[in-house]
Amino acid sequence: MSDLVPFAVAVPIVGSVLALLAGLVRSKSGWPVAVVASAVHVGVAAELARRALFEGTVRYVVGGFEVPYGIELVVDGLSATVLGLVAVVSLGVLAYARVAGPRSNPFYAAYLLLVAGLTGLTITGDLFNMYVFLEITGLAAYVVVASGDGGRSAVAALRYLLIGTVGASLFLLGLGYAYIATGTLNMGDLATLLAEYGHTTTLVQTAFAFVVVGLLIKIAVFPLHTWQPEAYAASPDSVSGLISALVSTVSAYALIRVVYTVFTPEFLAANPLARDLLGVAAAVSIVAGSVLAVAQTEVKRMLAYSSVAQYGLVIAGVSLVNETAMIGALVHLVGHAIMKGGLFLTAGLVATATGARTVDDYEGLAERLPAGATAFGVLALAMVGIPPAVGFVGKWYIALGAVETESWVLTAVIVGSTLLTLAYFARLVERMFFRETPVAAGDAEAARDDADVGADVTAADGGDRLPAPGTVSLGMYAVVVAAAALAVALGAAVFEYAALVEPTVTSLLS
Amino acid sequence: MIDVIATRYYYLATFLLLGVGTYMMIGNRNIVKKVIGVNIFQTGIFLFFIASAYLEGANPPVLTTEAPHVSPLPHVLILTAIVVGVSLTAVALGLVVRIYDEYGTLDADTLWEVRADE
Repeated sequence: MSDLVPFAVAVPIVGSVLALLAGLVRSKSGWPVAVVASAVHVGVAAELARRALFEGTVRYVVGGFEVPYGIELVVDGLSATVLGLVAVVSLGVLAYARVAGPRSNPFYAAYLLLVAGLTGLTITGDLFNMYVFLEITGLAAYVVVASGDGGRSAVAALRYLLIGTVGASLFLLGLGYAYIATGTLNMGDLATLLAEYGHTTTLVQTAFAFVVVGLLIKIAVFPLHTWQPEAYAASPDSVSGLISALVSTVSAYALIRVVYTVFTPEFLAANPLARDLLGVAAAVSIVAGSVLAVAQTEVKRMLAYSSVAQYGLVIAGVSLVNETAMIGALVHLVGHAIMKGGLFLTAGLVATATGARTVDDYEGLAERLPAGATAFGVLALAMVGIPPAVGFVGKWYIALGAVETESWVLTAVIVGSTLLTLAYFARLVERMFFRETPVAAGDAEAARDDADVGADVTAADGGDRLPAPGTVSLGMYAVVVAAAALAVALGAAVFEYAALVEPTVTSLLS
Repeated sequence: MIDVIATRYYYLATFLLLGVGTYMMIGNRNIVKKVIGVNIFQTGIFLFFIASAYLEGANPPVLTTEAPHVSPLPHVLILTAIVVGVSLTAVALGLVVRIYDEYGTLDADTLWEVRADE
């Protein structure tokens, strides 16, 4: 019955080909194809997640080879969580994208390919296979980022491509070192053989360094984040919602997988320096990301820098090697995806409805667009970590883990990060709810002109990208409101989820 | 030291290719050359894998030849990685063409500046 596993990857790939073919028959027919493929994908993911969480790990070996020679696909509690997230978010963003666009068939082909890459990355149990999916994800992500009109998104995509390729290449290089040490690529097999080879040997240490730095580039941890803000800000609104919610999240999942399943906690115990460096990277990323976020004027760029800080929190959870912190990292990974994806989509909705794209444009938004402002406010406060939202629970677990392991510096940074997050979101919340709409920005046209002058050197670029004000579909509102509701509701579900995922986390940490 | 360099010159070549590739990516202002830099960087990694599979005096991994054989798996891996590299280059060059159409320049500093002003 585990034959279902490869379908999780196959369904979006088939959908991607169908979306392209459908374009030959009729243009702009990609959306329905993508919705059907994505809905089937959600079904497959839900069934796999149910089995993994309630019945134990699901394994499948591709092509009838034997482990460790064949490529193994593994769905345990950890991958089931991320798999479900990928499936649900990609379907949700489709509901948003129907009116918001882009509408071409090749876009939806790339979209589904991205979903396939993310799914593969989530369920693979083979290190080289992980590299291949990392590159599929990367390639599809570069293409969807570039799908915006005008040159800005193309430049952002090229920059993303150059840096992202270096990240994936470093991952490949590290994988090579691990392969030379052990002669295997299966993750479970690598864990035992790397331990036999010796965790303190230079070869294994080098492998760890390259693989982790490669993934940190993909996650966009400060100072390796330079591709990320522009890629998020320059891509079309639906795309920034999707990639901010999923691409870095799944890369962070890959990091957890590699550090805990392949190198195992014993490696971190044998090399305290590696563990400390992860902690330092996390702390620096939290502080620097937040400070840079405060300095931004464009809302989407601010949200992008906020992601740099939030991934710092996740890495902090990883570096603590503690069960509580690990659950916290997972919860925050999922929570951040929902909240940040929702925030980007809300920012897109606000921009579509009123033309507001900078922090100053948000003045008095609550009067002009109550639903949008409320959703943004709720998501922003959830991100800051106001109980009972999921943003609070994730941080709480990570901070608790830091206290349990007596890492006081990291504890201070994690608690302080709440204040830093407040620093950049309070600016927006205050402007939206407690200030009057400036007279000039009263009508949407003027605000848009302002935004264009301030935000665009590439003439007519912004104007093309924005649909005329007022074309906000019901689907867009529904997705944004659902994200805000989920961000609050998930907080209550965390305790049950923690119980479900505990066996997986325990086995990871042992 | 000299010994190692004389017998393991392929690792030296890997190191050089990685260095040249990185330098081109960072130091060169032309975005086409940056893409070439990425390719050289990846070639260094390919060489690293292939060199690791090499065994002095071994036969190709074909059943009719006698043992010892060189390891075939890294070759297969690198074949896959080369395909990935080709696709990346294609996407990158496609983007370069679009950027040139839009801005009429291939100079990275100018392009990044346009972006930074926004």
